[in-house]
Amino acid sequence: MDLTRLEINRRTALLTSAAIAANVINPMRAFAQETPRKGGVFNVHYAAEQRQLNPSIQASTGVYIIGGKIQENLVDLDANGQPVGVLAESWEASPDGKTVTFKLRQGVTWHDGKPFTSADVEFTAMNMWKKILNYGSTLQLFLTEVETPDAQTAIFKYERPMPLNLLLRALPDLGYVSAKHLYESGDIRQNPTNLSPVGTGPFKFVKYERGQYIIADRNPDYWRPNAPYLDRIVWRVITDRASAAAQMEAGELHYAPFSSLTISDLARLGKDKRFIVSTKGNEGNARTNTLEFNFRRKELSDIKVRRAIAHAINVPFFIDNFLGDFAKLGTGPIPSTSADFYPGANTPQYPYDKAKAAALLDEAGFKAGRGGTRFSLKLLPAPWGEDISLWSTFIQQSLGEIGIPVEIVRNDGGGFLKQVYDEHAFDIATGWHQYRNDPAVSTTVWYRSGQPKGAPWTNQWGWEDKNVDKTIDDAATEVDPAKRKALYAQFVKEVNTELPVWMPIEQIFVTTITAKARNHSNTPRWGSASWHDLWLSA
Amino acid sequence: MRILGLAGRRLAASIPTLILILIGVFLLLQFAPGDTVDAMMAQMGGGDAATAKELRKFYELDLSIPVQLGNYLWRLVRLDLGFSSIYGKPVASVILERLPPTILLMTASLSFAFFFGLVFGVIAARGVNRWPDTLISTLGLIFYATPSFWFGLMAIVVFSVYLQWLPPGGFEDIGTVRTGIWRVLDIASHLVLPTLTLGLIFLAIYLRIMRASMLEVLNLDYVRTARAKGLDETRVVTRHVLRNALLPMVTLIGLQAGTMLGGSVVVESVFSLPGLGRLAYESVVQRDLNTLLGIVFVSALLVISVNFVVDLIYARLDPRITAGG
Repeated sequence: MDLTRLEINRRTALLTSAAIAANVINPMRAFAQETPRKGGVFNVHYAAEQRQLNPSIQASTGVYIIGGKIQENLVDLDANGQPVGVLAESWEASPDGKTVTFKLRQGVTWHDGKPFTSADVEFTAMNMWKKILNYGSTLQLFLTEVETPDAQTAIFKYERPMPLNLLLRALPDLGYVSAKHLYESGDIRQNPTNLSPVGTGPFKFVKYERGQYIIADRNPDYWRPNAPYLDRIVWRVITDRASAAAQMEAGELHYAPFSSLTISDLARLGKDKRFIVSTKGNEGNARTNTLEFNFRRKELSDIKVRRAIAHAINVPFFIDNFLGDFAKLGTGPIPSTSADFYPGANTPQYPYDKAKAAALLDEAGFKAGRGGTRFSLKLLPAPWGEDISLWSTFIQQSLGEIGIPVEIVRNDGGGFLKQVYDEHAFDIATGWHQYRNDPAVSTTVWYRSGQPKGAPWTNQWGWEDKNVDKTIDDAATEVDPAKRKALYAQFVKEVNTELPVWMPIEQIFVTTITAKARNHSNTPRWGSASWHDLWLSA
Repeated sequence: MRILGLAGRRLAASIPTLILILIGVFLLLQFAPGDTVDAMMAQMGGGDAATAKELRKFYELDLSIPVQLGNYLWRLVRLDLGFSSIYGKPVASVILERLPPTILLMTASLSFAFFFGLVFGVIAARGVNRWPDTLISTLGLIFYATPSFWFGLMAIVVFSVYLQWLPPGGFEDIGTVRTGIWRVLDIASHLVLPTLTLGLIFLAIYLRIMRASMLEVLNLDYVRTARAKGLDETRVVTRHVLRNALLPMVTLIGLQAGTMLGGSVVVESVFSLPGLGRLAYESVVQRDLNTLLGIVFVSALLVISVNFVVDLIYARLDPRITAGG
């Protein structure tokens, strides 16, 4: 199944009980010869307001979608997913991996006119990435200092070897730079600049009306020649997904990023010539659906029971009938979109086999009792998306068939995190694991033991495996890319064998964008990218 | 003077209620799993334990619950509603920003519902059990039974997507800056669909109350007397029946105006209006205790003052009810 292009097929059509439509033609090819047009306002759907907009202190798509146009990162990913310099022009690592030197771009100025220098990088790295930024604080744990011999050089010093590849894969998300002169006094979190960001990017912040909209205008002094093309970007706060779809149709919105519309609206708009509905441009935002086991329940601490549960659920059936082409069968914690680390499907898998599931449960000593019941479980689904809700009901029905009645307990976001990752008040839980281009950034914390209680999206299962811990630690400091890849393949094999968390579905966010947009979705994290080359045809 | 005395007594009686409400909401929110830092982590998509601890200290969540409650009440005594953790500014200014859209929407839809409810209620009562009554009552039932989000979405699809007559959402046009009368007209055009959507539900209630109340008054002795005097039916209805039949309507509008600050989460979400309903909903999800308590506090104040005004209107409509009685 090709995830990079949306095909409306019979399954999706069945899902929406709508007519069968032809494939969506890729417009990028057809319009490749057009001359870029300057001007225009680009209206973006903003589904969930954040508390602040500075990507140097908060790593989430809800911040990048705005802050990523105003502030810039040291490095971004190009069309092929390879690191390309933005504020950094070049980089070099020492052979021992403990020093990484960045040469910075010259002649770049902040929106307030002050020059951008290595002092800004040093300040942001030490005070924001290392101390405040989620995921950043883990990535930069062993960063000791940043030396700035001159205004265009920043030398990152690490206590332990830092694989250059890891750093370069992580910096597109975790490498946004803030202006030292605006942040050096006072509490960074409370700084008013967080809500009226100042950056070096192609768009200048203009206005934020809470609950309504955010506006940014073209930066006439942007360092890339002839960029950007757009005059203005407006992010419209629309919390109701169905209304957002109607606003797309009414022409009030041009772009609904990160699967912000309902699955049925995505399928419907995909058939409309005015829109492109595609997973393209989101390859860097892959996620897997999880099934997390609590080992404090003695039944679940038995590996046979966990495997039986996996065998009892018909994942391909679920994907075909509920998610359509927006998802595909997962093979473990590292998704197939990760060219650098995907180990292939040649690791332990658990295909649907009800008889085997029943046999495994019998073997584990949980024979069906009166009324066919073996034991019952409490399932906590995360409230992030429609797919999780559907998936949790599907798990409930599948497990019911092998004699495990499941009670679903729904919570809102804060409640879910508290109950699962802090109070451990669950038997099984399901949500998303968001893969951030390198397993060391986003994935290994789900498996490494010793995670502090209460840290969301980490190993809170009451499970510990010395071999897995060692593999994770070795890979995190392995400087040789080939060896690192091999270590992560071993890691996937080990965790798929032990199965503390099962990750059987992989998904990429779906973009809905006007067919008038050009140069869109041309990098793997386009929704978060700076949009300096985006333009609208007449 | 009697009015001042009444006001004083009302106010004195409502202060303990207000405090009980605030303590109740505070404690209820403590029972909800997770706090504002958990909600923030959920929004960020991850964070380590040290960050969480630091944030809890930042939001003063490391203090014990009685101390937090005590701090809150003490601030309230000094008329300080505190600081909103999601908005990063004082709660009072957050609520003030959200007031105009909420009040506009609620006043518009309540007036719409009151006026048409009155007219249709009278028509239905006069033609009771004949076709106008059946038609109006059926329509009323349909409006009442249809969920407002569906009405809202259908209105958007018809009037914004297909006909393109009205904007599909938002409070005003962002693309162009308007001033004076043009801004007023622009906001009005944005409010037409939400007002109708919200108003239709109220309308159904008002017309049913008005119809029932009219029918009741029409059977009273003094109406028979009026008819016996030889007055024509229109005069009987407008002069004699309407005024007395209005009392239940006034009660109802008093009750509903009181809840008006709560806004309507559904209509505000469907039409992306920056109102108080959405703010309250967001504060619950984000566990922003200060903002939620602030909204409860302001709403409670409004309920108290509206009820006071309603009492005065009663006395005016029906002299038998005196303000002191």
